[in-house]
Amino acid sequence: MQKLMLAFALLIGLSCQAQSDKYVATMQKNITLLDSAKSIDQLQSLAATFERIGDAEKTQWLPYYYAALAQTWIGWNPDTKDKDANSTKINAYLAKAEAIEKNAETYAVANMSATQQMLVDPQNRWMTNGKDASEALQKGLAIDPNNPRLYYLQGMSLFGTPPQFGGGKDKAKPLFEKSVALFKAAQPKPLYPTWGQKQAEDMLAKCQ
Amino acid sequence: MRPLIIITALILLSASLSAQTRVSGTVKDNKGHPLHGASIAIKNSYDGATTDSSGAFHFVTAEKGADTITITNIGYNPIEQPITLNGTPVVLHLALKEQLSELKAVTITAGAFSAGDSKRGAVLSSIDVATTAGSNADITAALKTLPGAQQVGEQEGLFIRGGAGYEAKQYIDGTLVNNPYYSSVPDIAQRGRFSPFLFKGTVFSTGGYSALYGQALSSVVLLESIDLPEKSEVDATISPIVVGLGTQQLAKNKQSSYGFSYNYVNALAYFKAVPQDVNYFEMPQYHNADANFRIRTKSGGMIKYYTTFSYNNLGLRRQDWDSLNMNDAFALTNHNWYNNLSWRDYLSNGWKFDLGAGYSTNLDNIGQNVQNLKNQNQTFPDSAFWMNYKNFGVDQRQDLTQVRAVFDKKLGTLSAIRFGTEYWYAYNYQKYRTIEYNIDTLYKFHDNFNSLFAESDIYLTNELAAKVGVRYEHSTVINKSDIAPRLSLAYRSGPEAQVSLAYGIFYQKPENSQLFFTQNVGFTKATHYIINYQKMTKDRTFRVEAYYKKYEDLIKTVPVNYFFSTYNNSGTGYAKGLELFWRDKKSIKNFDYWISYSYLDTKRNYLNYTTQLMPNFAATHTASIVMKRFFTKLRSGVNLTYTFATGRPYYNFILDSLNKYNLAESGKTKDFNSLNFSAEYVPSFANPKARTFVVLFASVSNILGYNAVYGYNFSYSGLYKQAITPPAKRFYFIGCFLSWGVDRSQDAINNNL
Repeated sequence: MQKLMLAFALLIGLSCQAQSDKYVATMQKNITLLDSAKSIDQLQSLAATFERIGDAEKTQWLPYYYAALAQTWIGWNPDTKDKDANSTKINAYLAKAEAIEKNAETYAVANMSATQQMLVDPQNRWMTNGKDASEALQKGLAIDPNNPRLYYLQGMSLFGTPPQFGGGKDKAKPLFEKSVALFKAAQPKPLYPTWGQKQAEDMLAKCQ
Repeated sequence: MRPLIIITALILLSASLSAQTRVSGTVKDNKGHPLHGASIAIKNSYDGATTDSSGAFHFVTAEKGADTITITNIGYNPIEQPITLNGTPVVLHLALKEQLSELKAVTITAGAFSAGDSKRGAVLSSIDVATTAGSNADITAALKTLPGAQQVGEQEGLFIRGGAGYEAKQYIDGTLVNNPYYSSVPDIAQRGRFSPFLFKGTVFSTGGYSALYGQALSSVVLLESIDLPEKSEVDATISPIVVGLGTQQLAKNKQSSYGFSYNYVNALAYFKAVPQDVNYFEMPQYHNADANFRIRTKSGGMIKYYTTFSYNNLGLRRQDWDSLNMNDAFALTNHNWYNNLSWRDYLSNGWKFDLGAGYSTNLDNIGQNVQNLKNQNQTFPDSAFWMNYKNFGVDQRQDLTQVRAVFDKKLGTLSAIRFGTEYWYAYNYQKYRTIEYNIDTLYKFHDNFNSLFAESDIYLTNELAAKVGVRYEHSTVINKSDIAPRLSLAYRSGPEAQVSLAYGIFYQKPENSQLFFTQNVGFTKATHYIINYQKMTKDRTFRVEAYYKKYEDLIKTVPVNYFFSTYNNSGTGYAKGLELFWRDKKSIKNFDYWISYSYLDTKRNYLNYTTQLMPNFAATHTASIVMKRFFTKLRSGVNLTYTFATGRPYYNFILDSLNKYNLAESGKTKDFNSLNFSAEYVPSFANPKARTFVVLFASVSNILGYNAVYGYNFSYSGLYKQAITPPAKRFYFIGCFLSWGVDRSQDAINNNL
C-alpha cells in the first residue's frame, strides 16, 4: 500500500513537473514565435494562445503580459484601423496580468496602449490618453528605475514630439543612451521580456 | 500485482495522452457574418485557436472526456458550451451576439448639438467659443454660428427656428437660469453673463429636447460646469475695456477646490477711441464677482457651488423718432445675484442622482426721459400722449428659488430610466412710474411651479435606440397644468451615419410682462417634428435636419387703450425649415472650418400681429462660415467668421380708434452681412515649462463696415421710420490674458497641433 501511495505521489509529482515543464516549454515556444511574428493574423493567434495559457495557469502574469504585448504589436501595425478597439483588447489582457502582478513591464505596455490611442487624434487626446501614457511611464519607473524598455519608450515619446513642444532628437538621445546601457547590463529572468534592445539601438543611431 | 497496477496506470495515462481530438468549425455573429479573430479555447487548457477571416478555426487537443469550450471576441457576449473529447473530430458552428456598447451604440442627435470638450459628438468646445471670430467669448454669439439660430443683433437671446428670444432657455447643471443675459438696453443686444470657460459641456438643442427640461417653446441650452480644475492658478485679464483678477485653488489631495474672481468693465476709454452713434451720458460699467467650491465625493460624485454677483449701470441718449430735435435718455442700473448648488452622486445597483438648488435675484432700475437738445427733460400735453409714454421709470425685480432632483437607474449596459421633479418659486415685482402724472403702478405675482418627469433610454440593439419621456407641469399663477410627451428614435444607417427622429410637445408660461396684466391665460404650446441625418467621423461632421413646428395658444395682445393691454391665448403659428451643417478639421492641416445654413419658413399671429405674419426676428436664409487657422511656428492663430442673412420683415401696427391694430406699413430690411476677424498670439505656446502663460487677443467685428439694419422704429404718426442699427459699425477688442501656475499651453496644443 505504501508503495502504491508512493507511486501515486510520484505520478502526481511527475505530472506537476510535466505541467510546469509544459508551461515553460509552451511559453518559450510562443515567445520565440512572437519575436518573429509579423502579420496581424499571426500576432492575433499568439495573443489568443497566451491568453489560453494564462487562463489555464491562473497564477502567472507573464502569459497575459505576452498576450497584451502581441496585441500591442498589432496596434503599431498601420493596417490596424480601429486603435481604440485594439487598445480595449490590450487593456483587457493587461488588467488580467495586473490582477496577478503589477510591475514595470505591464506599465510599459500600458504606455504603448495609451500612446496608440493618443496618436489617433493627438490634438484632442493629448490631455487624456497622452496623460495616461506618461503616467504609466512614471508609475513604471517608480517600481523599477532600471527598466531599459521604459527609457526607450520615454525616448520614443520625446522623439515623436516636435522640438517646439519640448521634444526632438536632442531630448530623446540621452534616454536612448540610458536604455541601451541598461539593456547591456540587464539579466532578465527566464521567460521575462527581453524586447527593445535593437529598437533602442536603432533609435540611438537615428539621433546621432 | 502492485507493479502491474502502476504499469497499467502508466499505460492508460500515456494512452490518454496520445488520443487527440480535432476540433474545427466556424464562428459568426448573429447576422451570419463571419467573425475574424474570435478566440476558441478548451477551458483550463492551453488548447484552442483563433478564427481566420472566414470565421473558420481548427485545432487539435490532447484533452479527453467531457469538457467546456469557451468562445470569446471583444464586443460580443462570450459563450461556453460543453464538448466531449474522445478522439472523434468535433465540428462546431457557433454564433456570438454583439454586446451593447456605449462606444458603438447609436445616439439620438435630432435637434441637439452636443458641444463639450470630451463628449462624443462634440460640436463646439469652450476654446472653439473663444476662438470663433465675432463671438468675443460669448456663448450665445458662438451658438449663433450653428444652424437654426437667427442673426438678431438688436436684442439678446437665441432666436431658434421661428421662436422668439424668450422661447429659448438656459440651464446650468440642471437648474434654470432666470436672467442669463445682462439687462436689456433698447435696440442693443447684451452679452451673456457666463464665461464659456466655466463649462465643460454644452448641449445646444434646437428642438425636440428631453422631458427633463421644459418651459421653452423652441430651444434649451444645457450647460454643465467643470468639475475640479487641473491645477491651482492665478489669472489676470488686462484690456482697455476690462481688468480682472481671479484664482482657483486645488486641494493637495485633488479632491476639492475653491476659487473666486473679480472683474471690472468700463467703456470710457473705448468710447473715446471709437465714437458711438448713441451718446453715453453715463459710461457703461460693470462690476462682476464670483466664487465657487467643488468637492469630489468618495463615490466619485461631485458637489459644486457657484455664485456670481454683478452690478452695472449705464445711461445713453438716442435720437427720438417722433421729434428730430429731441433725444430719449435711457438709464439702467442692475443688480444681479446668482447661486447654483448641485450634487451628483452614484449609488449602488446602477443608481445615480442629481440634486440641484438655485436662488437668483435680479433688480433693474430703469428710467427714460425725452430730452431736448440741451439735455433737459421734457413734458408734453395730453394731446401728445404718445410722447408722455416715453417718459417713465421702472423698478423691477425677478427672484427665482428652485430645487430639483433627478434619479437615474441603468438597466443593462446602456438602457436607463430616469425620473424626477422640480419646484420653482418665482416672485416678480414691477413698479411702473408715469412721470407726467407722478403715478406709481405696482404689479406683482408669485408663482409656484412644479414639474414631474420620467424618461427612458431604450437600446434595442447597437443600431436602434429610443428615448421616451413625459413631463407634467403645473403653474399656480395661471392655475394650469399640462402634460408634455417627448419621443425620439435613432437608427444607424451605415458606418458613422445615422438617422434620428424626434417628436415632442412643449409648453411655456406667458412672460412676466403679460402676467402682470392678466393671469387669466394658459400655457403657450409648440409641437415639434424633426428628422435628422448625420454622418460623423473624427474630423468631419455632416448634418442635415428638417423640421416642422406648430404653435398653438400663443399670447395675443388685446388692447384696451394706447397705454394698457390685456392678453389671451388665441395666437397661432408654424415654422418649418431645413438646415445643413458641415465641419471639416482634416482637409487642410491646422485649418478648421464649419459652414451652417438654415432655411426657415415661419409665420405667427401673436401679440399685436393682425394676421399670420413672418415674425420680425426671422430671416428666410441664414448662413455662416467659421474659419480657424493656427500657425504653430508663429504661435498664433487667426479666425474669420462670415455671416449672411436675408432681410427680415418689419411692421408698423397702429392702434385705431376702435382699439384694433392695423398694419400700416410693412417691408423687409436689406440683407445682413458681417465679416468678423480675431487673432490670438500665445508666446508661451511652445514652452511647456513656462510659468506664466500669456494670450494676446485682438478682434474686429464687421471689418468691412457693412451698415446693418435690424428693423425700424416708427413715429406715432407712422410717417417717419428710424432704422435700428448697431451703436457703432465695428467693435474692436484687444486684451491680454495671463495665468500663473498652470500649463494652459496644453489647451492650445490640444486644439491646434
